[in-house]
Amino acid sequence: MQRRTFLTLATGLAAPAIHSQAHAQARNDTLLIVSESGPNNLDIHGIGTNVPGYEVSWNCYDRLITHGMKTGPNGTPYYDRDKLVPELAEDMAIGDMSVTFKLRRDATFQDGTPVKAADVKWSLDRAVSVGGFPTFQMKAGSLEKAEQFVVVDDHTVRVDFLRKDRLTIPDLAVIVPCIVNSGLVQKNATQNDPWGLEYTKQNTAGSGAYKVTKWTPGTEVILERNDTWKGGTLPKIRRVIWRMVPSSGNRRALLQRGDADISYDLPAKDFAEMKTAGKLTLVSTPYSNGIQYIGMNVTKPPFDNPKIRQAVAYAIPYDKIMEVVLFGLGRPMFGKTGGPTEVAWPQAHPFNTNLDRARALLAEAGMADGFDTTLSFDLGFADVNEPICILLQESLGKIGIRATLNKIPGSNWRTELNKKVMPLYTNVFSGWLDYPEYFFFWCYHGQNSVFNTMSYKSPAMDGLIDGARMAAANNDVATYDRDVRGFVDLAFTDLPRIPLYQPYVNVAMQPNISGYQYWFHRRLDYRSLAKA
Amino acid sequence: MSAAGLSATRPSSGLTATLQHARHVITENPVTGLAFALFLLLVMTAILGPSLVPYDPLATDSSASLRPPSARHWFGTDQLGRDIFSRVVVATRLDMIIAVTSVAVVFAAGGLAGIAAGYFGGWTDRIVGRLADTIMAFPLFVLAMGIVAALGNTVTNIVIATAVVNFPLYARLARAEANIRRDAGFVMAARLSGNTDLRILLFHIMPNILPIMVVQMSLTMGYAILNAAGLSFIGLGVRPPTPEWGIMVAEGAAGIISGEWWVALFPGLTLMGAVFCFNLLGDGVRDIVDPQRRT
Amino acid sequence: MRVARQIGQRLVTALPSVAGVIVVTFLLTRILPGDTAAYFAGPAATPAAIEEIRARLGLDQPLPVQFLHYVGDLARGDFGASLTTGQPVLADITARLPASAELVLVALVLAVAIAVPLGIVAALKERSMIDHACRVVATAGVSLPVFFTGLLLVYVFYYILGWAPSPLGRLDVFASAPPTASGFFLIDTLLAGDVETFRATLAQLALPAATLAIFALAPIARMTRGAMLSVLGSDFVRTARAAGLSPGTVVMGYAFRNAVLPVITTLGMVFSFLLGASVLVEKVFAWPGIGSYAVEALIASDYAPVQGFVLVMAVLYLLLNLCIDILYGLIDPRVRIDA
Repeated sequence: MQRRTFLTLATGLAAPAIHSQAHAQARNDTLLIVSESGPNNLDIHGIGTNVPGYEVSWNCYDRLITHGMKTGPNGTPYYDRDKLVPELAEDMAIGDMSVTFKLRRDATFQDGTPVKAADVKWSLDRAVSVGGFPTFQMKAGSLEKAEQFVVVDDHTVRVDFLRKDRLTIPDLAVIVPCIVNSGLVQKNATQNDPWGLEYTKQNTAGSGAYKVTKWTPGTEVILERNDTWKGGTLPKIRRVIWRMVPSSGNRRALLQRGDADISYDLPAKDFAEMKTAGKLTLVSTPYSNGIQYIGMNVTKPPFDNPKIRQAVAYAIPYDKIMEVVLFGLGRPMFGKTGGPTEVAWPQAHPFNTNLDRARALLAEAGMADGFDTTLSFDLGFADVNEPICILLQESLGKIGIRATLNKIPGSNWRTELNKKVMPLYTNVFSGWLDYPEYFFFWCYHGQNSVFNTMSYKSPAMDGLIDGARMAAANNDVATYDRDVRGFVDLAFTDLPRIPLYQPYVNVAMQPNISGYQYWFHRRLDYRSLAKA
Repeated sequence: MSAAGLSATRPSSGLTATLQHARHVITENPVTGLAFALFLLLVMTAILGPSLVPYDPLATDSSASLRPPSARHWFGTDQLGRDIFSRVVVATRLDMIIAVTSVAVVFAAGGLAGIAAGYFGGWTDRIVGRLADTIMAFPLFVLAMGIVAALGNTVTNIVIATAVVNFPLYARLARAEANIRRDAGFVMAARLSGNTDLRILLFHIMPNILPIMVVQMSLTMGYAILNAAGLSFIGLGVRPPTPEWGIMVAEGAAGIISGEWWVALFPGLTLMGAVFCFNLLGDGVRDIVDPQRRT
Repeated sequence: MRVARQIGQRLVTALPSVAGVIVVTFLLTRILPGDTAAYFAGPAATPAAIEEIRARLGLDQPLPVQFLHYVGDLARGDFGASLTTGQPVLADITARLPASAELVLVALVLAVAIAVPLGIVAALKERSMIDHACRVVATAGVSLPVFFTGLLLVYVFYYILGWAPSPLGRLDVFASAPPTASGFFLIDTLLAGDVETFRATLAQLALPAATLAIFALAPIARMTRGAMLSVLGSDFVRTARAAGLSPGTVVMGYAFRNAVLPVITTLGMVFSFLLGASVLVEKVFAWPGIGSYAVEALIASDYAPVQGFVLVMAVLYLLLNLCIDILYGLIDPRVRIDA
């Protein structure tokens, strides 16, 4: 790809040959990623770490175990939820109320210090103690107290269970329980900051395949391969440059001109068009355990009436949304015609666009003249949320529901959700642990977590969810299947939220890039990528 | 030599003279003439447009998403299948409202503050001066962003933000003019005949500075629309699905690279045409009102 | 020294404005919709956890108390920390300010190089087609939203023609920055003798500077034309012409020298105006300047950077206006800076 600078053209001078050769060499063993925003913290245990920060954590730190790969629905390598393989631990022995890990003997941190059980305990203690998101995620797998983590000897760690929970062991494979170089970090800790969070914010201190060599917040992250990595096969990419480019048009231009290697947060329209053009490799994979939905606060009239909620479900212009918002890049979660309820999630509901049914339901509920309401959405994802809401607003208008659109800045979205006052809104939720009862526990259970944005409380639902979790912990397949079918059916009858579609993770790459894998966290795993 | 012929050449005065001078200026300078014609077109579109458009500007049509300009859709369609021509025409009303209200507010507030400062001097002058300096010390666009972000993105707040940001300019201009006229004959006469200060400010001084300010006002109209566009680019523009040139340009901007040039180009050209018209109009009005100050 | 005393006086009279800026920014950022406590508490926090963090951050105090804390921190040089970058605000600003300053200065030089001759020619050929054409061109530049112009330039010169380098910021990804002396890459590369990087820097600057320059053409051209017109009609120019001096000497030696004063005042205004417009240009070109820094912070309701940015800008404007007045005084001895 020729790149003549503006001025060399004007002055008629060509760049010296040595410069071009150095450039070419540098290009071939470096991966250039462009995205809209970057990390604000290199450590997932940090306070207020944003999602791009998780990607750094994933690639620069190891965990005890990780997932193996299988072939996904679109032929791409997909993480295998049920297959756990060793990473820092070379052996895992599951007991009745505990699991014991034997660490690799040859594993070292990036500064050369060997990885010991003490490091593992310190790291896991840290994860459950710092509060915020990391502690919350650990709790999701019943990992709550430092006492659960026991050092048996220098290379053996035992994790005691608080209760039987199917999710405990998979929870040890997510990003949060990463193993940190406790010696190095403690040297840089202070009295005010006993876990050394300030140090790990700016420096990676792990044993992972990559380390951050330069970080300019808001501009770029540069990572270099750790050549002594023991957690798997040595990665092919030696250097990763991750640049922040706020304008999506420019990101697309960079990809199409070959000046960038990978991007994955482009608007759906761009992906669809690039797919048709056929010059780049486009991979679309459905979010594991993730759904974009229309939510209604069931404590706010008139949405406390199930008939009204069902009327809304009949009024949504589903096909329009799939076509002009997603350009087909999503898995529809509506309009299921016939067949039994599956033991799976996400799953489609039977509603489809039917304005007559919607009007009839409104009349039955005594609201034949319609009513006024507000439709809120997260401006941080305006690309998708805004057109969905415009289409929905138009459609609701046809049955007499007059909705005003309410744009909420991304920074404020969580707060608004927390307040649980918005009557009608669109949102997306996905869980790292791909189990139906996990999703339902956070989104439909009466414990009313922040993710239960509808304030939905139903004893019947709680019973089914708790039953499913218990059955999973006890390996009771029959009860599990029955309860899962039960709570899915109830969700589609009570309909506090109306699933729209399962979103896709869309990744665009140059044709010479291979090795992309889909992970539950949906971020890039640099370790498997290669550049021809 | 009849009496009729004599009266036909009698020089007229007052309004007729101004109109004759205006006509002379407009016809002499083709660019100014063009600007006036364009302005008239904009006003007509703002008033009559919404009733004459072929499509409902809010009606989506998923089967016609992102169509290039054709006989059916003169300016093509956007991502949701809405007709861009209808949206551009209907947006004229909102943008003209934004432009005119911003200018009216800032003229009233800044003008009044400025002439009070120039007329009374002393503490009034110092306070208005400090206020103007404080506002000028902010990077103006960031101040506008801050105001809209804090108060919410409605048309009212965008107008307020534009007015606040332009306040110092108007206050300064008005102050300078009032200062000159403070001791003029007609003001003294008004004072002697018993007018209160407020009456003098509003009915004697204000009308006299209006011609000078009109030039600045037409520039501010253009600025108001560009400001709204810039705010839309960051997500602080008017609420969807209201059609407004700036937000249409901002939304279509990313489409330039992907080849859907019409989504941004037509609103962009219209916006450019309007701002262009306002800028040139300012020159023309100044030529009519005060030929000595031509630049 | 009288000049020093006058400068001191000017600085003192400007203090109330700076104080006003501090107060207004503080209030404005507290009205911003975001909730810092919720941000720190994380995505899964309960309302109780958020309240606890709010207390820990001191955000539950009454506003006047918070304001006193803020001023106290400022006095110690602590501008707070940014949520989006995770760094101290002062460090972020010092790192990013040279990027914006370099961009705006280069744009200004470019604009002056085009607009001033344009204005002179328009004044000389007053009322001709050239005059009208100059007016139209200059006005056209300022009639488009600046981000639109930027994206258009990227489309034409990078995407289609391939003349400009990729819009990835100040330097190509694989080039390395020169050792920091001034923070201005153009200067630092020359100081280090690195001609390659100098050329690369210039190439990356081309499009964003052009975008800003287009925006600045109109006011500069207009002011030059106006000033030249009034000077060309004055007595001493008429005398010079009558005395038989060549047109070149009359225009450049006499007329222009006297017309340059109002142009310089306009330059000051245009510079501060460009710093505001650069906010959007930086977003388009991924330029790591303070403009994009402030915008991102504002959208994320991250108020410490916004406060820091506005304060730094206010002080900068103050110094800038002072410099212009001094320059004015140097060029025209009849003018004194406290006039």
